[in-house]
Amino acid sequence: MAEDLKVNLNVQRGTPESGIHMEEYEVPVDPKMVVLDAVHELQAIQAPDLAVRWNCKAGKCGSCSAEVNGKPRLMCMSRLSDYDLNETLTIKPMKTFPLIKDLVTDVSWNYEVNKNIKPYAHPEGTEYHKMYQEEVDRVQEFRKCIECFLCQNVCHVLRSHDRKDAFAGPRFMVRLASLEMHPLDTADRIPDIREKYGVGFCNITRCCTEVCPEEIPITDEAIIALKERVVDRYYDPVSMFVRKLFVRN
Amino acid sequence: MTEINLEEEFNNVEIVDYDVLVIGAGGAGLRATIEAATQGAKVGVVCKSLLGKAHTVMAEGGAAAALGMADSRDSWEVHFRDTMRGGKLHGNWKMAEIHAKEAPDRILELERWGAVFDRTPDGKINQRNFGGHQYPRLAHVGDRTGLELIRTLQDKVVHEDNVTVHMETTITHLLKEKDQVVGAFGYTREEGALYQFNAKAVILATGGIGKSYKITSNSWEYTGDGHSMAFDIGADLIDMEFIQFHPTGMVYPTSVKGVLVTEGVRGEGGILRNSEGERFMFNYVPEMFAGEYAETEEEARRWLNGDDSARRPPELLTRDIVAKAILSEVKAGRGTPHGGAYLDISHRPSEYVKKKLPSMYHQFKTLAGLDITQEPMQVGPTTHYIMGGVRVDPETQATSVKGLFAAGEVAGGLHGANRLGGNSLSDLIVFGKRAGEHAAKFAQEASNVPQPGKDTITSIIAEVLAPFEEGREENPYQIHRDLQEMMGENVGIIRDEERLTEGINQLKQFAERVNNAKATGTRQYNPGWHEVLDVQRMIKSSMLFAVAAKARKESRGAHTRDDFPKTNKDLTNVLYIVRKDEDGNPIIVEEDMEPMPDELQELIEVEY
Repeated sequence: MAEDLKVNLNVQRGTPESGIHMEEYEVPVDPKMVVLDAVHELQAIQAPDLAVRWNCKAGKCGSCSAEVNGKPRLMCMSRLSDYDLNETLTIKPMKTFPLIKDLVTDVSWNYEVNKNIKPYAHPEGTEYHKMYQEEVDRVQEFRKCIECFLCQNVCHVLRSHDRKDAFAGPRFMVRLASLEMHPLDTADRIPDIREKYGVGFCNITRCCTEVCPEEIPITDEAIIALKERVVDRYYDPVSMFVRKLFVRN
Repeated sequence: MTEINLEEEFNNVEIVDYDVLVIGAGGAGLRATIEAATQGAKVGVVCKSLLGKAHTVMAEGGAAAALGMADSRDSWEVHFRDTMRGGKLHGNWKMAEIHAKEAPDRILELERWGAVFDRTPDGKINQRNFGGHQYPRLAHVGDRTGLELIRTLQDKVVHEDNVTVHMETTITHLLKEKDQVVGAFGYTREEGALYQFNAKAVILATGGIGKSYKITSNSWEYTGDGHSMAFDIGADLIDMEFIQFHPTGMVYPTSVKGVLVTEGVRGEGGILRNSEGERFMFNYVPEMFAGEYAETEEEARRWLNGDDSARRPPELLTRDIVAKAILSEVKAGRGTPHGGAYLDISHRPSEYVKKKLPSMYHQFKTLAGLDITQEPMQVGPTTHYIMGGVRVDPETQATSVKGLFAAGEVAGGLHGANRLGGNSLSDLIVFGKRAGEHAAKFAQEASNVPQPGKDTITSIIAEVLAPFEEGREENPYQIHRDLQEMMGENVGIIRDEERLTEGINQLKQFAERVNNAKATGTRQYNPGWHEVLDVQRMIKSSMLFAVAAKARKESRGAHTRDDFPKTNKDLTNVLYIVRKDEDGNPIIVEEDMEPMPDELQELIEVEY
């Protein structure tokens, strides 16, 4: 370790069963480390059973989401040098999901939501369908999502109001948008987007967009676009008329 | 922790039954799962992490397949030739043939399942140049191709009816009765609950071994579980001496040393220079590739501008060659301030770089405070991939143990002595599919599969819970760090008899030492406990590649021996099989490979 630099980490410990508390540790660090390195250093030397979820430490897998000094971030992409190391660094798990232990939360609800989304439907037949780059640019932007669930974590509908029953959250608005805007997809998810996934719950505060480590324009490109599609389908006078006619017959 | 009550633990083991159990949920595991489920098998998939986080997600550059969409001159024959030459003629030719022929179908299938690859101007799949591939061949999505692949497969898997995914579950042992695999044993992270998975067939798709090294591009999961568990139940392993050190890992800042810098940077025209500003790769074109690479900067520039008559720049030589070239430059005192080479892409338009290499741009900006569209990166070799693995039948992916199949990085053969970039993602989907298909068939035909006995399970439980015993002293994290130091020192990029012997001796001591490693706290989501079990696996798998490295007395591809610096053509077709002897120790059995048919030999054009 370079010099004798130490940082004070204030880390949430415990489980819902055993009770949770904040514990302060003095951890030797190198200022070139990222926050996840400091947590690993703590784990290796003082707290071997400290639960933290991580995989790639390269910003590609989206496992190490946490709240560092109150800000939701990937710990592997947060440099220690960006913080004032004379101050204590506070690390807590994501608030929106049920706690398992220490910094690890139960994110299984997200997987349940995804399972219920109508999958991609390719046109039938054997011919090769072309797609042009300009048609897929936006879809590719959505498909950059690494499922860190930080957007879900900060979404007011989920975080403050706990409406997981009514709103699928920004992550899945992005997922739905990637399917709906896929140039070849043949499935229709607009009724589900309105009713089951509750696109109307989003009141466009853009908190999700702000925390996205992949810088996906979640609100402007995905959610607002889906809102527009729902409006076009359900509230456009021409299509309402056509639908009424269709339903009547 | 209080005394472990084995009887009670045994009675509390959760038992789950499947036709096919897939261990690992990266590209190979998920592709195998889809195929086995399509065949009607009831499938369980177990992954150490959450679904979609497996190491495949880190693959950047692309998946190699001779689709001929970016250059119509490409064909399976040329892909086969490039793969065999890249593997220094030591690869399994049958696997290389199957791989080259089937990769295009697997890629097109991904597109039918919703993958969105980058496009050519006429609306087809765009293909990128990469080291050792004669034509632009890598279907890709910017520099996040692995994410695209895993997300596509993941979304397919979760909509299959007869598939169950066990997330954050670690397999600790394969179960074998008589001569047959009958399932696996493991535990869940969330609860620390013990699980017994009974299965008629088991597919290993556990990936690689990189966590035995300090400087590595590999993730948390890469602890050689599959390699060492297969060894434990008597399966043969081959080519374990061949570990790929990727030439371009980050060397700075130190805390991210080893993080991958995609070969796509060179594929998009990236230039390597030493501290004197010399474009040194022109000096490192080996005989096998003589006349195939550009000889001047001017010719390399013409190639980049799309001139078909110009040859490829030497930065696109195979990884083994580029890695060694960088090491030689550093050794000769021409390294960068942080001990690597300069990799420069700043001559290409800034917007183009951000579009084609977005995560590289982001990675350097965030972690190193460097803008790659303006300044060169500093790069050096990092442990990346193991070519060797469990020996499999090329057609069915069946291992030498009945009922056990293997696919992806944990299987050996396809890549020989050196893997070409882009051949890994295609390997996963080509052989993952085959493993799934044949494991499902095997399961359908299997009858009277024995159940593991109580004694077997009880002794496994004792082993798994042993770290909680009183009186243990050692910190598993410290053992892991020491192991990494030792492996880098003795079983690293440049090897010799003396260091390998020392490495093997030290590994024996590590094996003793880890028996004293302790876990504290409860079993619920306990990384310390997990670390003990991981380190055990790493020590065991490290021994497998240390003994193989000592056996191969030549330099070939990724295996570099200081004491045997030349390639010995008499050893091209020699396999060193690692096998367990009666005492449980690894022994080397030498075997000649099946000769290649003439019609394939002709495609390769060169002999070693």
